Amino acid sequence: MADVQAAWRDPELAKHLVELIGKAADRPMKLMEVCGTHTVAIARFGLRAVMPENITLLSGPGCPVCVTANRDIDLAIEFSRVPGVVITTFGDMMKVPGSYSSLAREKSEGRDVRIVYSPLDAIKMAQNEPDKQVVFLGVGFETTVPIIAATIKQAAALGIENFSVQCVHKTVPGALEALVNDPDVHIDGFILPGHVSTIIGPEPYRFIAERYHVPGVVTGFEPVDVLQGVWMLAKQLQEGRAEVEIAYQRGVNADGNPTAKALIEEVFEPIDAEWRGIGVIPGTGLGIREAFSTWDAAKRFDVTPPEPRAIPGCQCGEVLRGAILPFQCRIFGKGCTPEHPIGPCMVSSEGSCAAYYRYTDYGR
Amino acid sequence: MRSDRILLSHGSGGTMMRELIEDVFIARFNDEALLRMDDAASLEVPAGRIALTTDTYVVTPRFFPGGDIGKLAVAGTVNDVATAGAVPMFLTVGFVLEEGLMVEELIRILDSMVSVAAEAGVRIVTGDTKVVERGHGDGIYINTAGVGVVREGVDLSSSHCKPGDVVLLSGTLGDHGIAVMSVREGLSFGTDILSDAAPLNHLVGAVLDAAPDVRCFRDPTRGGLASCLNELAGASGVSMTVDENAVPVREQVRGACEMLGYDVYQVANEGKMVAIVPPEQADAALAAMRASRYGEEAAIIGQVTEGPAGRVYVQTTFGARRIMDMLVGEQLPRIC
Repeated sequence: MADVQAAWRDPELAKHLVELIGKAADRPMKLMEVCGTHTVAIARFGLRAVMPENITLLSGPGCPVCVTANRDIDLAIEFSRVPGVVITTFGDMMKVPGSYSSLAREKSEGRDVRIVYSPLDAIKMAQNEPDKQVVFLGVGFETTVPIIAATIKQAAALGIENFSVQCVHKTVPGALEALVNDPDVHIDGFILPGHVSTIIGPEPYRFIAERYHVPGVVTGFEPVDVLQGVWMLAKQLQEGRAEVEIAYQRGVNADGNPTAKALIEEVFEPIDAEWRGIGVIPGTGLGIREAFSTWDAAKRFDVTPPEPRAIPGCQCGEVLRGAILPFQCRIFGKGCTPEHPIGPCMVSSEGSCAAYYRYTDYGR
Repeated sequence: MRSDRILLSHGSGGTMMRELIEDVFIARFNDEALLRMDDAASLEVPAGRIALTTDTYVVTPRFFPGGDIGKLAVAGTVNDVATAGAVPMFLTVGFVLEEGLMVEELIRILDSMVSVAAEAGVRIVTGDTKVVERGHGDGIYINTAGVGVVREGVDLSSSHCKPGDVVLLSGTLGDHGIAVMSVREGLSFGTDILSDAAPLNHLVGAVLDAAPDVRCFRDPTRGGLASCLNELAGASGVSMTVDENAVPVREQVRGACEMLGYDVYQVANEGKMVAIVPPEQADAALAAMRASRYGEEAAIIGQVTEGPAGRVYVQTTFGARRIMDMLVGEQLPRIC
C-alpha cells in the first residue's frame, strides 16, 4: 500500500507531467472538476499553483452536501419536528443552513437528530427503538447510492416498518449537461469523478463528448492521478478530440460496477432534482420506486415546510456553477468563514470555499 | 466493597461512600497523604515557581486500544505540567461516576492511573467523588489537576519562537485519534493502531538537559499538530513551514485517515511532544528525544520563518505548498 501511494505522489513523475501539460496546453483551457474529493485533493496538494499559465482549474457542483437545495433541508427539518421522529444523517449535513434553520440548530433545540456513519446504523437504530420513526437523510452521488439501496432492501426484507429514507440523492452526468449549457461558464473539459465512475463507468458521460464536443477524463485522487487527468484533457483539446477517457484505470472498469448499478436500478428511478445554485435539472434526482414506497419518508409523513428562500448574501450558487471562484464571493472570509459559515460551500468538508479557505492564503 | 456497581449512595457522603473510598480508591492509590483521609493534602514543596494545570477527561469509549480514560487523565496532566518546564510532583483527582458503572471497570481505570503515575514519578494525593443518576455522566468523567516546580533557569513560553528555530516532533502522528475512532460505535474498522497515551515528563527533562535554550514545548492533543503549531505561531507572531516528507506517520494511520477523509495533522495525539529549539541546539535536542522512551521516532519536521503571524505552511510530499489549517468543529468522516 505504501509503495502504491508513494508512486502516485512521486515528485519526479509529477514534475514530468507538469511539463507535459505545459507542452499540450497551447491555448487557455478551462477544466472543471465535478467531484468534492477532487476539490479537496487539488487544494490539499497545492496543484493549482503548479499548473502552467494556460490551465485554469474550476471547481464545480461536486459536493453533494453543497448542492442540496434549501427546500430539501427545510423538509428534513419539518420531519424532525414530527413527534417520535429521529433524523439520522451524515455529519456534514448537520450544519448546512436551510432557509431558516439547520439540523444542528434543531438538535440544540431538542429535536432528535443523530449522526450516523452508515445508513445500516439507522436500520439498527430503528430495530432497537421500535417506538421511534427513524428517517435517514440520503445525500450523495452515485458512489453512496448503492448502499442506501441495499439498506432499503434490507428494511423491506426484515419488515422494518419504522424506518424510511428522505432521498435527496443526485446523479452526475445530467448536471454536466446543464453546466455545458450555462452561458456564464465556459468549460473546455471535465475532470470526471473517480468514485462515481467506479459505480457507473464511463458510458453515461459519453453524450457530453459526442453532443457538445467537450472531452472528459475519469481521474483519480492522488496528485499524479490529477496531473495525468489534466494532461490527457489538454492533449485531447490540443488534438481537437472530444472523447471520454479513463485515467483512473485502477479504480474504474469500462462497465463500472454492474452489481451496484443493478441495485440502484432496482430501488430508484430518475426524477427531476433541484440543485442549489443551478435550479432544477431534469432526470438528475433519484426517487424511490413504487415497490419500495413504504420506505419513502416523503410519502410517509404529511408535513408542510415553509416557502424556501435564498440565504441573504450567499453566492454559493455561483461558486457551484463555476461562475466565480470562492475568493471572488463578496463574503468569502469576511462574514463567511468555517467558524461562522453563511452557505454550504464553506460548511461542508468537501465544499469549494472550505477547501480554498483551509489550504490557501485567500481570505486571510 | 460489596456492590458490583456504583450506586447513588456511593456519592452521598455516608458510610457507603467511605466504603468506596477506602476499599477501592485508597486501596489502589495507596498514597500516604491519601491514607490520612484529610480534606486537603498537606505537602512539602521545594522553593521556587510552581506550574499548575487542570484538565477534565470525558473520552468515549472509556477503554480503547492502547489505553483508557485513566491513563489519559494522568499522562495528559503530567504532560501539561512538563510543558511548563516543571517537574511534576502531585496530582489531584476528581471523579464523576454514573450510577450503574461496574466497579470492576472503575478498578481497571484506577490501576491504569496508578501505573502511569508510578512511571511518571508523581503522587496522587487528594481526590473527590460524585455519583450522578443513570443517564448522566457517560459512565465516568475524570478531572486531574497537576502541580510541579519549574526547573531553575527555565523560561519557556509559546511567544518565544523566532525565525530560524527548528520544529521537533517526538514521534508518529495520529495514533491516539485513530485508535479511539476505530472502536467508536458504528465505525469500527480493523487496525492494530494503539493509542500513544504516555507520560512525557522524562523526555521533556532530557531535552531540557541537552538543549537548555528550548523556546517552548507543547503537546499536540485535541486539534492535533495543526492546532499546536498554529497556536505557537500566533503567540510568537511568526510563520512556520512543515516538511510533509519529514513527518512520521504510521502506514495504518495514514490509510485510516485517507479512508475517513481525515487530515492527520488535525488528529489528536496523547503521547507526543512538539519542541521549538534554536538551530544550534536542534541536533542535541533530537538526540535526547530519540534516546528517551516514547521519543525513538522523533524527527525534525520543520522550521519557524518570517512571515504573516500565525501562518503555518506544509511543503507537501509532492513539492507544492499549502496551509496547515486549524480544526474548526468536529472532524467528521467523509460521505463519499
